[in-house]
Amino acid sequence: MKPAFWQRLDLWARNISPVGLTVVLILFSVVPTHIPGYASIVPQLALMGIFHWTVFRPDLFPIWAVFLIGILQDSLSGAPMGLNTMVYLTIFGVVLGQRRFFLGKTFFVEWLGFSIICAGAAIQAWLLLSAYHVHFIAPGPVFFQYMMSMGVYPILAWVMGRWQSSVLR
Amino acid sequence: MVKQRPGAPTRVDVIRNLLQRFAYLGLILAAFGLMMLGKAETVIVEEVRARINDAFAPILEAIAEPAGTVRGYLDEGRQFLAIHEENQRLTQENQRLLKWQTVARKVEEENVVLRDLLNFKVGPESSYIAARVISDDGGTFSESMLVYAGNREGVKNGQAVVTGEGLVGRIAGVAHRSARVLLLTDLNSRIPVMIEGSRARGILAGRNEEKPILTKLPPGSIVSPGDRIVTSGHGGAFPQGIPVGLVSAVNDALVEITPYVDSQRLEIVRIVDYGLDGILDRHRLRTDLPKDDIPVVEPKSVPTSEKMRTVVPKPGMERRPSEP
Repeated sequence: MKPAFWQRLDLWARNISPVGLTVVLILFSVVPTHIPGYASIVPQLALMGIFHWTVFRPDLFPIWAVFLIGILQDSLSGAPMGLNTMVYLTIFGVVLGQRRFFLGKTFFVEWLGFSIICAGAAIQAWLLLSAYHVHFIAPGPVFFQYMMSMGVYPILAWVMGRWQSSVLR
Repeated sequence: MVKQRPGAPTRVDVIRNLLQRFAYLGLILAAFGLMMLGKAETVIVEEVRARINDAFAPILEAIAEPAGTVRGYLDEGRQFLAIHEENQRLTQENQRLLKWQTVARKVEEENVVLRDLLNFKVGPESSYIAARVISDDGGTFSESMLVYAGNREGVKNGQAVVTGEGLVGRIAGVAHRSARVLLLTDLNSRIPVMIEGSRARGILAGRNEEKPILTKLPPGSIVSPGDRIVTSGHGGAFPQGIPVGLVSAVNDALVEITPYVDSQRLEIVRIVDYGLDGILDRHRLRTDLPKDDIPVVEPKSVPTSEKMRTVVPKPGMERRPSEP
């Protein structure tokens, strides 16, 4: 039956949109901006996507998608393969366990939660990277990247919130 | 039949939960395994990365171009405001350059004559491949970027990447239509260079920070801030004399270099095909050399009577610690 087919396609397109949006965020975070100094502190956009969707729509954000998103981020950004993947998977696991805490709370609480989770992610990434290179990596850029992510999160959270209420059913 | 509350977990839920836990653990282990494989420079990891990059390269290229156009307009607006000062600066610079042009012409002619006299053979001719930069440098995790040129354009591992200002880095990882450029500042970057004035050779080593350092200088060589650093051409990957940067700080521990090229403003780069095998030739990588051990040409002042050889004991001949 034709209408049913289109309906299913429509629903399917809506349902994969959280993962799709996160992939788009990754692309945005690697596109050259040529703003001096920006490249080393580019916010962790994909992390925001993973955090938001894991809290609000974990049913549309399966774990293998998190894995693939991490692989994509690693390969496009030139980071050691598996590094961001591991960080994202950890975040996914932690957030999934704590998501009830965020549901129905004010945005401020969500932001606070993100700031804590993101700090954990930054530290984990820094430790993994230092261990990978067997070299003490300067922590400065990681810190600034963290601050940048904190600053950008409200904007992105608003966009994703709008998306959630208008596109997802 | 026991009626269940709508929210209570059913058996299916429990199994699903269990499976999910296994999947979670499995995927974390997979990610860890990938890191280990990547550390061991496994070909398959690089291959996977190249494939993924290749798949996304056209999309990135498509985004990079309009982004470039918008930036162009913004730049134009900014330049318009500073047009008077810029004009004055350029007039002065032009005068200075005209003087240099005269000098350069004279020296060039002299050079041709002297080369003829000496029957001097110039090194291999370089050819260039121009490529658009389609990703920002990896930020915190690596100092590298993608360019939209790959195997099909003839890009090979280890080739030098330059702009008009100087050296950008080298190619590390080539796919069909995209390639990754390892910048001078990356932790894994080691470039054979020399100080232009004194011809003292060294290795330019990145640190994942803004400024790379100059290491492996011969003892007693004199370095001072402001010295020009150029590629030395050793290792057979790069042409000699590509400008790299200026010595910006010297202290007891390290010599810091400020590269000429600002990697964050790159739009188009040129990949130099020098006609030699790069340092990153796969077959040479497979030898037992450690990963970042670039074959350094030994300084001439140390005469070596015989070559160093690795002595591999025959099976059964090794000395065990327990034996006398």
